[in-house]
Amino acid sequence: MSETQLSHGQRKIILVGNPNVGKSVLFNSLTGAYTTVSNYPGTSVEVSRGHCDIDGERYEVLDTPGMYALLPITEEERVARTILLEEDPRVVVHVLAARNIERMLPMTLQLIEAGLPVLLVVNILDEAESVGMSIDIPLLQEKLGIPVVGAALGRRRGLAEIRAAIAAFDPLLRARFAYAADLERDIARVAMLLHGDYRLDRRALALLLLQKDEEIHQRVLTVEEERREAIDNVVKDIVFERRVDLHLRISLERKRVCKGLLDGVVSQRQGQGPTLGERLSNWTMNPWTGVPLLLAVLYFGLYQFVGGFGAGTIVDLFEGRLFEEIINPWVVDLGARYLPWNWLYELLVGEYGIFTLGVRYAVAIVLPIVGTFFIAFSVIEDTGYFPRLAMLVDRLFKRIGLNGRAVIPLVLGFGCDTMATIVTRTLETVRERIIATILLALAIPCSAQLGVILGLLSEVPGSLLVWSLTLAVIFLFIGFLSARMVPGEQPMFYMEIPPLRMPQPRNVLVKTLTRMQWYFLEIFPLFILASVMLWAGKMTGALDWLVKAMSPAMLALGLPTEVSAAFIFGFFRRDFGAAGLYDLQSAGLLNPVQLTVAAVTLTLFVPCVAQFLVMFKERGGKVAAGIFVFVTLLAFSVGWGLNRLLLFTGVLS
Amino acid sequence: MNLSEKAEDILEALWIATEEEGDNSAHLSTLGVGPDDEALRELDRLAYIDIKGERVYLRQEGWGEARMTVRRHRLAERLLMDVLDLKGTTGDERACEFEHLLRLGVDTKLCTLLNHPATCPHGKPIPPGECCEEARRHGETGVVALTELKAGGTGEIAYLSTTDPKKMQKLMSMGVLPGNTLQLSRTYPTFIFKVGHSEFAVDQELAREIFVRKG
Repeated sequence: MSETQLSHGQRKIILVGNPNVGKSVLFNSLTGAYTTVSNYPGTSVEVSRGHCDIDGERYEVLDTPGMYALLPITEEERVARTILLEEDPRVVVHVLAARNIERMLPMTLQLIEAGLPVLLVVNILDEAESVGMSIDIPLLQEKLGIPVVGAALGRRRGLAEIRAAIAAFDPLLRARFAYAADLERDIARVAMLLHGDYRLDRRALALLLLQKDEEIHQRVLTVEEERREAIDNVVKDIVFERRVDLHLRISLERKRVCKGLLDGVVSQRQGQGPTLGERLSNWTMNPWTGVPLLLAVLYFGLYQFVGGFGAGTIVDLFEGRLFEEIINPWVVDLGARYLPWNWLYELLVGEYGIFTLGVRYAVAIVLPIVGTFFIAFSVIEDTGYFPRLAMLVDRLFKRIGLNGRAVIPLVLGFGCDTMATIVTRTLETVRERIIATILLALAIPCSAQLGVILGLLSEVPGSLLVWSLTLAVIFLFIGFLSARMVPGEQPMFYMEIPPLRMPQPRNVLVKTLTRMQWYFLEIFPLFILASVMLWAGKMTGALDWLVKAMSPAMLALGLPTEVSAAFIFGFFRRDFGAAGLYDLQSAGLLNPVQLTVAAVTLTLFVPCVAQFLVMFKERGGKVAAGIFVFVTLLAFSVGWGLNRLLLFTGVLS
Repeated sequence: MNLSEKAEDILEALWIATEEEGDNSAHLSTLGVGPDDEALRELDRLAYIDIKGERVYLRQEGWGEARMTVRRHRLAERLLMDVLDLKGTTGDERACEFEHLLRLGVDTKLCTLLNHPATCPHGKPIPPGECCEEARRHGETGVVALTELKAGGTGEIAYLSTTDPKKMQKLMSMGVLPGNTLQLSRTYPTFIFKVGHSEFAVDQELAREIFVRKG
């Protein structure tokens, strides 16, 4: 048997459930693979696949995006359901949060009703126990008629039982639940007419048809050739009869069934005061205490840890000690001795050499900064703080055409704008995605750039203040403007607020490593590419030409012409540009006003190549090109204006 | 006795000018009528108003009727905008036509149906009618939008009034279902509530579409 046939015949395990119930944790523990474990609803947009061996049998494991119901609303839910429909699973593992069993169990019903082989995992039992809930798992299993396992996967409780339950799974086990007689009659009227061969149970199909599920409707139309019209007529008839409350009726019926199932299974101990976590949670959501807390998080998490420790201590150690003093002289010396051709010498260890520029910047400057940022971001994400931040800023964000949800991509942008642009996918409307993309491209400096600029400007009193104020004004002004200019529907904000949790070192580690891995795979080659292009530019003289061509623009901004080299670097990597300024500043070529104007313009200026490519992919050519032109024009106009203003008012000079 | 529609409009404008804008009378131009307007004379005959020169005064005799016309107009606005979903200028224009149909107890029925609203969609107060006083005396809590509930309050979810079926589905799958108990913990900067053991944040627009029976 060949390799491909083997993998084709492999048994599949599909993990499904609401967002934020520990699906990804289960996936990681089963497969041992690295995927992002996220607290934020909707972050696992992509489907992760992995393998695991149980009792000598090899399974393929699929982690689906979070879904709330079998009837999909969002793109992610559609993806998740398509997987259920197409993949022919051996076991569907439905993971739910014990604390919320009452509201998540209806989805278990829907999966069972659809005829899928369901194994239920009641996860995060520890949290439920801490709020005084206890759940009788064996009784629930007996009532449901499918295998049920209790777990606290964050603490690695219940993993062995889940593996055992998968190994012992009996696909012939089927349970059945009945709705009210009138609803059952209507379901039967439709189901009777379905004769084709579907993966899903006819009863579930009938219910989806009645709920106007377009995808299922199309499927049924193609399968049932002659009966099409009859089916459509019956469906329309029932939908009209139940026009007042069909969706509600179905939801309420499911709730009734679940109430019966949970009767005697869940017991609640009363009379506990608010826990410390709940009190802290309230503080984060009250603007009076929440804003100071936010500032504290920003100060310690971003300024001290990323700016101070990452961009200061570690960069000094790597860049100042390791590369400048030890590695670079040795490598350059080595090149001078063994590389007879000048072009090769320049390519590898020259001014813009692959090693001396590309590797040095990537490893010594960017890696420590981005790494510390991702650690801070993952810790904050794992506590569940972001949804609270989202509700806090929702009102402000509405003004700039976004809603609170957009706080995640925007904050992530301070780490890496390219990654953040990809994450704008999680925003619900096209309009929000475009506005967020503009703001990321324009006014959010990434951590690498931020680190260098903070270091650069902190030496000149006042210039950091001017820089931050200018950026804040531009951010709000452009947001405000695009909220009025970009067409589309107004955003609507609703999200679940998960309990505040102590960050789990394992989760934080996995998340940070996944992001670092992504960053290195995607970005490192670009560093090399950038230094090759700069090298080629230098050798052919194109660089000098470009620098000259940009000189008038520099003069208009009141900057020395040398700065245009920094801007051209900045085109390849945002942080190259900032680091280029750093070199100029060290050489004493810039006065405070020039430094500030250059820093502002550079921050606003065109995103790095990687971000531009991602913008192209995510938003399409027309929008991306438009944003590119707009951002470039705006950056230089603001730089020009700021220079005039600073000279006129005499601030900083 | 029925006033003409024009006369009702004059009374309404006069009431707003004197009761809400702090004037003691209204100029003819504010009311949009000439000095020898038919409707104006109609009101004068009933001794509802006094006309002195170019200014019109609301008399004690006309006060009750004027208040009721304002009430009918604002109830009509609530009906059109909240229930029939006619917003913007169309809604305003229709409300002006609609209010004249709300006489002879129709306003009372409508007010009860809308659960005795206190303000119009533009935020102006609706003068309470007898039915409102009656409901207050009986301590009827009725069904209110989440925005009317105070922080710390609880209630049973009565219904969701959203017009978007997707949003409705989303809310229902999050457990925001009629019959479930809702605990509101915060109304600013967004609405935070608990259903069961789950906590949710929704903005004002969505909170306006969740209706609860106060507990």
